[in-house]
Amino acid sequence: MKKISISPDRRRFLRGALTAAPVAALAVTAGSLTAKAEGPSPDQPYQPSFFNRDEFALLSALADTLIPADDTGPGALQAGVPEFIDAQMNTPYGQGQLWYMQGPFTPDAPPEFGYQLPYPPRELYKKGLAEFDAAIRQQYGHGYVELNTQQREKMMAEFEKGEQGSLKMATIPPSALFNLLLQNVHEGYFCDPTDGGNRGMGSWKMIGFPGARADYYDWVDQYGKSYPLPPISRG
Amino acid sequence: MANKNMKPVDVVIVGFGWTGAIMAKEMTEAGQRVVALERGVYRDTYPDGAYPKTINELEYQQRFKLFQNLNKSSFTFRRKTGDSAIPYRQIAMFKPGEGVGGAGLHWSGCHWRILPEELRMRSHYEERYGKNFIPKDMTLQDWGVSYEELEPYFDFAEKMMGTSGTAYRVGGKVVDESGNPFEADRSDNFPLPAQKEQYQAALFRKAAQQAGLHPFTLPSANAAAPYVNQYGCQMGPCTFCGFCSGYACYNYSKASPNVNIMPALRQSNLFELRSSCNVLRIELDSSRKKATGVTYVDINGDTVFQPASIVIASTFAYNNARLFLLSGIGKPYDPVSNTGAVGRNIAFQMMSTINAFFEPGKNINGFIGAGGNGVAVDDFNGDHMDHGPLGFVGGSPIWCNPSGSKPISGIAVPSGTPRWGRAWKQAVKDSYLNTMSFDVHGANMVYRDVYVDLDPNYKDAFGQPLLRFTFDWKDNDIRMSRYVTDQAVKIAHELKAREIKVTVKDFGAAPDLRSYQTTHWAGGVAMGTDPSTSVVNRYLQSWDVHNVFAVGSGVFAQGIGYNPTGAAVALTYWSARAIREQYLNDPRPLVQA
Repeated sequence: MKKISISPDRRRFLRGALTAAPVAALAVTAGSLTAKAEGPSPDQPYQPSFFNRDEFALLSALADTLIPADDTGPGALQAGVPEFIDAQMNTPYGQGQLWYMQGPFTPDAPPEFGYQLPYPPRELYKKGLAEFDAAIRQQYGHGYVELNTQQREKMMAEFEKGEQGSLKMATIPPSALFNLLLQNVHEGYFCDPTDGGNRGMGSWKMIGFPGARADYYDWVDQYGKSYPLPPISRG
Repeated sequence: MANKNMKPVDVVIVGFGWTGAIMAKEMTEAGQRVVALERGVYRDTYPDGAYPKTINELEYQQRFKLFQNLNKSSFTFRRKTGDSAIPYRQIAMFKPGEGVGGAGLHWSGCHWRILPEELRMRSHYEERYGKNFIPKDMTLQDWGVSYEELEPYFDFAEKMMGTSGTAYRVGGKVVDESGNPFEADRSDNFPLPAQKEQYQAALFRKAAQQAGLHPFTLPSANAAAPYVNQYGCQMGPCTFCGFCSGYACYNYSKASPNVNIMPALRQSNLFELRSSCNVLRIELDSSRKKATGVTYVDINGDTVFQPASIVIASTFAYNNARLFLLSGIGKPYDPVSNTGAVGRNIAFQMMSTINAFFEPGKNINGFIGAGGNGVAVDDFNGDHMDHGPLGFVGGSPIWCNPSGSKPISGIAVPSGTPRWGRAWKQAVKDSYLNTMSFDVHGANMVYRDVYVDLDPNYKDAFGQPLLRFTFDWKDNDIRMSRYVTDQAVKIAHELKAREIKVTVKDFGAAPDLRSYQTTHWAGGVAMGTDPSTSVVNRYLQSWDVHNVFAVGSGVFAQGIGYNPTGAAVALTYWSARAIREQYLNDPRPLVQA
């Protein structure tokens, strides 16, 4: 397959990512062309299909903060979470075709009424990531990607606090973007690899989920025993 | 106006879930030509539920493959009359089904009967506690049918679904003391013995016993062994795959209309199923007392009129109220004047949950699961405890129902765990295999100011108004839930776990559309003995239009403690029997108003 050269933008992203999370950065930059491909290959940097490169770098940095790589198990980047989210944006879900999207919209409704913005996930990400980036740049003079781990965690905590936190976004309520991001990160981290995330079933191995085995008749009454078989994928 | 007219049939059925399929079977057995209209797509175990395709948490549980596509039609919610209602934009608080099989394809398989006193709730409470015990704004009423009348149909439905369980009392004699001692008398045992018991259910059983309660095995419509039902439909034994609720069962183990009725219906040349057909309304003649058929939009977008002698509304719960409102059948409920009955007596259920966290190495293995299986106690359900000093109406079972925990939809972690980062990861790793959970799954009473009507602002993809819920939690129900949850905490303490986490509602809590409660809505076309407070009579026949019948949990007069499918299905057989034996030869109102 044709090698894709590294642009100056890409090089800048690589540097930023490497500073922050050297282990994880390999997986992001060395993903494959499609979200469903098997594993990282150094020859084929992932080309996002929906996000532009800056958005994808920011998304990757956020995912990396939410699920960092450590001795416990793989991080979001190793698991292919950003690639998963990118691919999801081109599905009916990403396009908002599973949600009731008719107006009038009441974005100031009490939170218990749930999501009330007029944006499908793909628009929420586009607008939200831009506003998040602007908010971070205003505070630090550069983007989230270039922050160190402590700064990233500090800003993630503010982001999580939503409208109560210090992170002020122009129009998108931080909680709307944070909740969507956290949900999609969990999906990409724990899904079956054939769905485009959870590369190598690393998260399943970490927690002990047998994946698609789906037949435990002989194990139901073996109380307290450790299930002996490794996970399998549907694919 | 319809641009296409179909050939008349005897019976048209609106909605093809459990109740629609039962009606189709019963009516074709009676020699009637039946057309069933289902708004969703055609589905069956193969290919829709085939292994390994169906073992897909992302597609089924996160993207709601078997559920209603809210993009086409949803609901609006408000807490009080006078507020503006806001759309339910994403599935979360409840998960309505769509497609052939309806909720019967995505359910778990918890197959309960109903408590006899719940069928005559007002009379029962007034007899035991006096007339003033029921709060003034609580619109409890008797259903107009007794447990004894329904018992044969509960029995028949258990045999149809291959339900696995342990009977306590059959024919007035105790047959197995490990059954539910609070259960009403049965005419026969369950058709299959109880399923195997998962570890967490066994721990719950022991702890409940130590707390002095009466644990028993949940009746489960997941087959414990190979089974063939009355219709000749076959089931295979459940393998505890853990992909039950929200999924089609690849093993043909979970009872569903698709597995337990469709193979028999396909043999009948009197039956036709049309999927992707969205019924707009039931059409009435000029007298407004007789239905002429239904108008629907078919898969090509054509508007079609299907003439029929009998119309059976068998949509999910509240949707029958919407269909009646859109069709002008019965009088819409008005909470201010307290007149009309369509949309009245809507009820939900409320849950509280207890998680018990053990040290790593306990190996609870919660990925092993069967949807309907588990262990419950009924000591605080219905009127099994003395409500006199408690000051609330209603009750709740407590149950440990391990249906299979999967990672995306949320791994329970101890209180105070961050939602992300290294600490979250560690907690998820430590907790996933070593956590058990059980629920208080309570009844929700009915109130004068809780109802459904048509939303004035929001429409579905066919230009019809969405159904508007005016719904709030009430102190009575929260008091009930908190009381039973306190009892559940006593069970939890017997487990000697590392940590217990209790999630229960506070007084004044707002209904939260973001977090799952159950999908067990009831009411809207309540059955009863008084046409001013009920929409259908004791045979589920419309008081106003005698050739229209409504089946499903929409006919419940109020919420119940158990999952509703068992009662909804038995009532459908009861109504079908009345149609076959009393109505077909002499169409008329079966009860004089």
